[in-house]
Amino acid sequence: MKFARLVRFVAAIAAWVLTSTSLPAAQTNVAVAANFTEAAKEIAAAFKASTGHEAVLSFGASGQFYTQITQGAPFQVFLSADASRPKQLADDGLAVDGSRFTYAIGKLVLWSKVPGLVKGEETLRAAAFAKLSICNPIAAPYGAAAVEAMKALKVYEALQPKLVEGATITQAYQFVETGNAELGFVALSQLTGSQPGSRWLVPQELYAPIRQDAVLLRSGAANEAATAFITFLKGPEARAIIEKYGYVLDVQS
Amino acid sequence: MGGLSSDLWQPVGLTIVLAGITTLILLLIGTPIAWWLARSHAWWKEIASAVIALPLVLPPTVLGFYLLLTLGPDGPGGAIAGLWGGRTLAFTFEGLVVGSVLYSMPFVVQPIRNAFAAIGDRPLEVAATLRASPRRAFWTVAVPLARPGFLAGAVLGFAHTVGEFGLVLTIGGNIPGRTKVLSVAIFDFVEASQWREANILAAGMIVFAFAVILSVTLIERRSSGTGT
Repeated sequence: MKFARLVRFVAAIAAWVLTSTSLPAAQTNVAVAANFTEAAKEIAAAFKASTGHEAVLSFGASGQFYTQITQGAPFQVFLSADASRPKQLADDGLAVDGSRFTYAIGKLVLWSKVPGLVKGEETLRAAAFAKLSICNPIAAPYGAAAVEAMKALKVYEALQPKLVEGATITQAYQFVETGNAELGFVALSQLTGSQPGSRWLVPQELYAPIRQDAVLLRSGAANEAATAFITFLKGPEARAIIEKYGYVLDVQS
Repeated sequence: MGGLSSDLWQPVGLTIVLAGITTLILLLIGTPIAWWLARSHAWWKEIASAVIALPLVLPPTVLGFYLLLTLGPDGPGGAIAGLWGGRTLAFTFEGLVVGSVLYSMPFVVQPIRNAFAAIGDRPLEVAATLRASPRRAFWTVAVPLARPGFLAGAVLGFAHTVGEFGLVLTIGGNIPGRTKVLSVAIFDFVEASQWREANILAAGMIVFAFAVILSVTLIERRSSGTGT
């Protein structure tokens, strides 16, 4: 008897929890490249205010998300830090055809907390520092862009012993923020606050544009919140937020 | 093929060296701690014991975060690194050793402490009546009797260091030959979709983990069989 009452009690709680969280509006799980963290939070808040739907955000390295999505991770939308992984997902048949678009073009910055340390490419040539932080070039497009820029300046070989890698761009930023690395390649979007120190916006001709593509995953095709989020991301409100965080917008198609 | 095998074996070698050094240090500093925990009547003994056990419960990112701060140029680690002209202990092999020692400490201290406690007062009292000094009684009576505890502690400390990931990811910086250990190498191979290499290392880890668990069980069974 006691047990039956307990079961009823648990069932009642479960029913309450389930209905109370799913009643207001639809919900979607969005995988977000780490560099887009701050912008995505603001967009999700605006999205909720304007549509009532909730976008639950997960942050990580794009490569990690790609692997997880191929293994059935429960995301409906993927905001990658590159164009190749969303394309790969479309080729794999895991994304909705024609849903892929560039939501932002990222900018690479060389940043240090020390004022005057970063002057420009001569800082990389002089190499008067112990540690230069980048993010994993295999998993994260900003890491690949950093390597590409260093190779273009022909300083990569010389700097390689001084490189330390974060798993994501957020970690690369933390290494500089905590002072463990004197300087590092980070995303401009991470420096929108009034961080002290010195920075150099890496010229675009040194690396291929970091086209950050979004894609609607097949599991999200029938999800109202997921399709609404994609639409919202293309809209003027989201685009204004994206620009505010230091990204360049693609010509709207 | 040559490049591939060095990519594979360098992290394996580094991990074994790291785990070996960590285990050695832990046996050296863990033994007096375990002895004190087993024998002392100080009221704050269990508080100290709880502090040592913290890594069992905390996510490695917590330890990693604070280590990143303490190893860095503004913390004591930076001051130590300054002795040989460095500015941070993060991203160094030495930094990983510091982190691993803290992280694996409970796995070494706990079995040794239990083994010391299991001896009880009696054998040491007998040694004292035979005029053995406390130091001599420790080395000739307590340590031999607690041998299964040392063995289990060493195996667990080694294995746990081999298995750490979150901590190394946070303070290591993924430098080949210095901080790119086995678990991080597997992570990288999975990221890069090099699943064959990931498989070789990951399958090896499973075999290793199985061997560790089996050997600890056998040590425990043997010691309870021959003891008392």
